[in-house]
Amino acid sequence: MKKLLIWLITAGLLIAAVAVAVVWLNLRDEVDVRVPVATITPSDTRLARGAYLARAGNCMGCHTARGGPTYAGGRGIATPFGTVFSSNLTPDEKTGIGSWSPAHFWRAMHNGRSKDGRLLYPAFPYPNYTQVTREDSDALLAYLHSLPAVEQARPPHALRFPYDSQAALAVWRALYFKPGVYEADTQRSAEWNRGAYLVRGLGHCAACHTARNALGASSGALDLAGGLIPMQNWYAPSLSSPHEAGVGDWDRQHIVDLLKTGVSPRASATGPMADVVLRSTQYLSDADLGAVAQFLKELAPPATLAPQAAPAAPASVLARGTKLYEQHCTQCHGEQGRGVPQAYPALAGNRAVTMPQTANLVQIILNGGYAPATAGNPRPFGMPPFVLVLSDSEVAAVLTYIRQSWGNRAGVVTPLEVNRMRRNGGR
Amino acid sequence: MKIFPCVGRAPVSRWLTGLALLAASAATSQAAAPFEDSIAQRTLACTACHGPQGRAAPDGYYPRLAGKPAGYLYNQLLNFRDGRRHYGLMTQLVEPLSDAYLMEIAQYFSSLKVPYPAPAPATASAELLRQGRQLVLQGDATRRVPACVSCHGQAMTGVVPATPGLLGLPRDYLNAQLGAWKTGQRRAQSPDCMKQVVERLNLDELNAVASWLAAQALPADTRPAASLPAPSPGAITLTCASVPATVLKARP
Repeated sequence: MKKLLIWLITAGLLIAAVAVAVVWLNLRDEVDVRVPVATITPSDTRLARGAYLARAGNCMGCHTARGGPTYAGGRGIATPFGTVFSSNLTPDEKTGIGSWSPAHFWRAMHNGRSKDGRLLYPAFPYPNYTQVTREDSDALLAYLHSLPAVEQARPPHALRFPYDSQAALAVWRALYFKPGVYEADTQRSAEWNRGAYLVRGLGHCAACHTARNALGASSGALDLAGGLIPMQNWYAPSLSSPHEAGVGDWDRQHIVDLLKTGVSPRASATGPMADVVLRSTQYLSDADLGAVAQFLKELAPPATLAPQAAPAAPASVLARGTKLYEQHCTQCHGEQGRGVPQAYPALAGNRAVTMPQTANLVQIILNGGYAPATAGNPRPFGMPPFVLVLSDSEVAAVLTYIRQSWGNRAGVVTPLEVNRMRRNGGR
Repeated sequence: MKIFPCVGRAPVSRWLTGLALLAASAATSQAAAPFEDSIAQRTLACTACHGPQGRAAPDGYYPRLAGKPAGYLYNQLLNFRDGRRHYGLMTQLVEPLSDAYLMEIAQYFSSLKVPYPAPAPATASAELLRQGRQLVLQGDATRRVPACVSCHGQAMTGVVPATPGLLGLPRDYLNAQLGAWKTGQRRAQSPDCMKQVVERLNLDELNAVASWLAAQALPADTRPAASLPAPSPGAITLTCASVPATVLKARP
């Protein structure tokens, strides 16, 4: 009896200690919102700056429901843990952020905590936004406060237990979130630092281009080494690997072109990245895009070896793939897989074709898609969907043929991979 | 990052999608043409399902685009993009495109003059067809149901700029669209006049209308009417956001 009591007390103390640690970890670098702050003067320059930064962060992308009023939130973000709904960023007093002080907004950006003290779900990418400066945060709020107010309450999140509890979120944050500010690397140029600030902060590139663990946390290094985007089934390729989307050997201008217009001589944007170019990067200044390009060019390539040439697929699969290619693909991509500059991507030697992850290839064949219509490329060409035309084994055969022709030496695509994607529905 | 209205979330569109999947569409089986920098080339993604020159797919689920009023086609592209119509493939295709480009695409398909196929022979009962004809041509004044022709044109070939024609569409397609309006799956911008009309009819009546319309041949001149005749006194008033700055006075 006495033993049991001692055991119980010890367990109780341990639990209390862990709870204290979690709370303490959640309060690191916490912003004191009680300190009165002089309201921000919404000068024209500050508003313009805030509007620009909102583009850089693509706030509108998540905070606008399809067909709904801009920035009024209500868009469902599907996650492996359930659906999170974005909040209303318009200055409505009741349902928006009209009553938020600059300190409240800064605490949300920097600490991931709402005005009422609630912990925010990291679908709002504050693990990235925590790098944003106070000055930029204030400019963003000034801009958001200048928008027309829309009364629209956020629908309640639809998360499964235990992910729907603040306690679970506190534990997650204790494990994976640490507030921080961008610290300049004095060994690097000012331009590199500007690029790093944009990529790691508002750009939140790591939200997709870095792999997430089973609890949805990006790996600590935010290394941009590529990751499968949860629920969407698109693979955001590595930005450092020369075998995926690394740009170490690219012309700087080609990187800028890709982010500004959606197309470039060496790649084009489709799927979720088309959306990013459409709503965000096309609006960035050439100087900022140049800085992003410089930062990306200098990303250290991973130490992994080049993928080995895959063994050739069975002749019957390649023969079937050849026929399908001639029937459906030659017209645009050409007999030799060379494509048409600025219109249809080359398939020969294209890393998007040969990289090990095949999710994007299957998505593009099944669902088709357009490059984004940007100021620099206002009338893009498009890829037709083949979901109703080609069977799983046909998609697999034609992709296998493309991945093993004209010098491409990548592995086969199986009908199972196609079937999985078809059932998931993709975007 | 985003979720998108999925194909087949609701019964009507699920049914529609299922049928569409069964009937393998005629995709790009045209003979390979050389690349040309044209709007036709840029819209190959559309004609893969909607048929060459947007003349409709043989399965009946990818409607004709050719010759429809440009304003109507443009409104539908926006409706898919903004979630008032639901078909995953369409939504994600138009998602990254600008209003200006969508208008250009709409105008391109609107400008195409392509012959219509002969209508499928009617299989419905004579009584159903009679009821359908009555509703299309006369409406039902007692329930404030306007005649279809009072807005869609006496020749039923539509009216510029944004009212579609009603002929040359298969019965299954018409039924699916009217059914989708009834359930709220298909919408236009609010105020949505078509919704008000469909709400006043039951499913049997909608089927009668679809059956009769699908069996009608097109007139010699298939172009949309330039304007509607002046409304008669006592006309039913409908306000349509999809037909800008116009109040349609529909005669009962």
